[in-house]
Amino acid sequence: MNRRNLEEKIFLGLMLASVLIVMGSLILVVAVISINGAPSLSIEILTQTSEGNFYLGGGGGFLNAIVGSLLLSLPATGLAFLISMAIALYLQKDFLKPRTSNFIRLCLDILWGVPSVVYGVFCLAIVMALGMTRQSLILGIIALTLLEIPIITRSIDESIKMVPIGLKESAYSLGSTKFEMSMKVVRKQAMPGIIAGVLLGFGRGIGDAASILLTVGDSNYFPSSINDQTAALPTMILNLVGMPDEVVQNKAYAVAFVLLLIVLLISILTRYLAKKSSKNIIK
Amino acid sequence: MPTEKINKVIKHKLLIVGILSLILSFICLFVFNIFFLFALFLIVFIILLVCNFIKVTRKLYDTLGTRLMLFVTVFVIFLFFLLLIILMGGSLDILREESISKIVLSSTWKPFSGEFGLFAVIMDTLIVTAISMLIAIPISVLSAIYIAEYAPKKFRNVVRPFIDVLAGVPSVVFGLCALLVLVPIVRDTVAPFFGYNIGSGFGIFTASLILSIMVFPIIISLCVESFSSVPTSLKEASLSLGATKWETVKKVIFRASGPGVLSAIFLGFGRAFGETIAVSMVIGNQEMIPKSIFGPGQTLASLIASNYNDVSSIPILASALIFVALMLFVVVLIFNLLGFLVLRRASKRWNY
Repeated sequence: MNRRNLEEKIFLGLMLASVLIVMGSLILVVAVISINGAPSLSIEILTQTSEGNFYLGGGGGFLNAIVGSLLLSLPATGLAFLISMAIALYLQKDFLKPRTSNFIRLCLDILWGVPSVVYGVFCLAIVMALGMTRQSLILGIIALTLLEIPIITRSIDESIKMVPIGLKESAYSLGSTKFEMSMKVVRKQAMPGIIAGVLLGFGRGIGDAASILLTVGDSNYFPSSINDQTAALPTMILNLVGMPDEVVQNKAYAVAFVLLLIVLLISILTRYLAKKSSKNIIK
Repeated sequence: MPTEKINKVIKHKLLIVGILSLILSFICLFVFNIFFLFALFLIVFIILLVCNFIKVTRKLYDTLGTRLMLFVTVFVIFLFFLLLIILMGGSLDILREESISKIVLSSTWKPFSGEFGLFAVIMDTLIVTAISMLIAIPISVLSAIYIAEYAPKKFRNVVRPFIDVLAGVPSVVFGLCALLVLVPIVRDTVAPFFGYNIGSGFGIFTASLILSIMVFPIIISLCVESFSSVPTSLKEASLSLGATKWETVKKVIFRASGPGVLSAIFLGFGRAFGETIAVSMVIGNQEMIPKSIFGPGQTLASLIASNYNDVSSIPILASALIFVALMLFVVVLIFNLLGFLVLRRASKRWNY
């Protein structure tokens, strides 16, 4: 065997080893959470709100955290979707010069890279400057919206870029205005990308702990108004893990398992919906 | 004329929806006492009322829609600068008390006695990010090559979605896994192996390990994408000259997809640098430069998470944390601009 073939073999071995490491560690993450979390899951824990001493070994479930997480991330995703859709459509060549839209894309990329904890601190800084209550549902929604805007915008933008120019031109030649072209032709053609982007943003929003930790606080009840504090799945995991009692800590795995299930469900839904909606687009 | 009839029906519908939203808004105000929703529905009512009396032409739709889109876009760009301005404004308080050089160069962080030195935390952040990238880059690039070039098609079709799914797993889940699996392993096996016996398993090395696992899916999926987009003719040209597969990868594919790999690494760096929750769960949360990489430390992002609870008792601490967030933002900004410039140059040179 000469040197070149030896090099080939060595690197193939290294590649296989690294694939094994990557797949092994990622499967381990899912397996560890499932094995530890699934047994402590029960109907009661899923359908009851936590009682007063939940963090000290008290009874109750974490329905308040599930509802709180949904109340945070659903409105945030909705708001972020409306804003992102407008920006992504406006970034097309029909509205803006490439120079300007590239500058906006750079800004969005930077916003995407900004750690989520910075958005939490940003909301905190605004609230402190205005002298409002420090932790509330609406503040969490704002932080998550800010977090999701760049993610959703960039993925919608990528799929809008793929819309063939001929399709736009034929819409124009039939007499449609720019706005009609965007809303009726481009939107439909980019539908798989839009769905994928929105669900990607939703997944990030529901799983993000850092921005929520600083903005929503904690509560044992369902929030009754947007000024209330609320519990959320990621912050509940953090609070549970911080407790000294081992029985309490084990509840954290159950919460994490539910969170993981939600995220996996969203991911599968994304694939399914994107496939379904891609049937209607014109190639 | 049929169109006039349709217009009339539409107008009536608008009116009905408008009145419904008015009723809803009052219900929101008086029954649920939510002012926010009241205002929202009232605005909807007013818009619909106006629409009812103005003749809505397609031209008007176009102008309104385009203006609205422009407004939103300007708003987001404004937001970008607002973020910078608010963070700067918030950190003024701490900068009035102490100079920047003192904050950055002193390494004692004792909020209760009014000392806010960040040097140790900055060093820890650099060490954690560097170690995690050292582990993550070679492993993920090698696996990306295997997945893109060597793996059978069936394997690829299973692995790529799997990795994409895992890119979305929340960081708190990774943190929990690290707590359960990595911490005991590092405490009982890895640290004693390197002669560090007094550790608790919580430390810089554990944090770097979990960060590199979190970064794997990001770098791999972006790298695989850019490896796969190298034109087949380039690869075949190299193979037909007698190069082995690895030589083709090394000399052709790496060069052709250089910018893509670079941007993947930049993205992974950003994630590792700013990760908060998973790091604060396993790093040990002590603001010092440890003597060994198995000792406890603190990164900039996890500093915010672990000091947040004391904000109400020490007013100046909030300002200090805002300053830390400003540092995170500025570093991400600088790295993104650098990445942008490098990529622009690279894509000019590596234009295949």
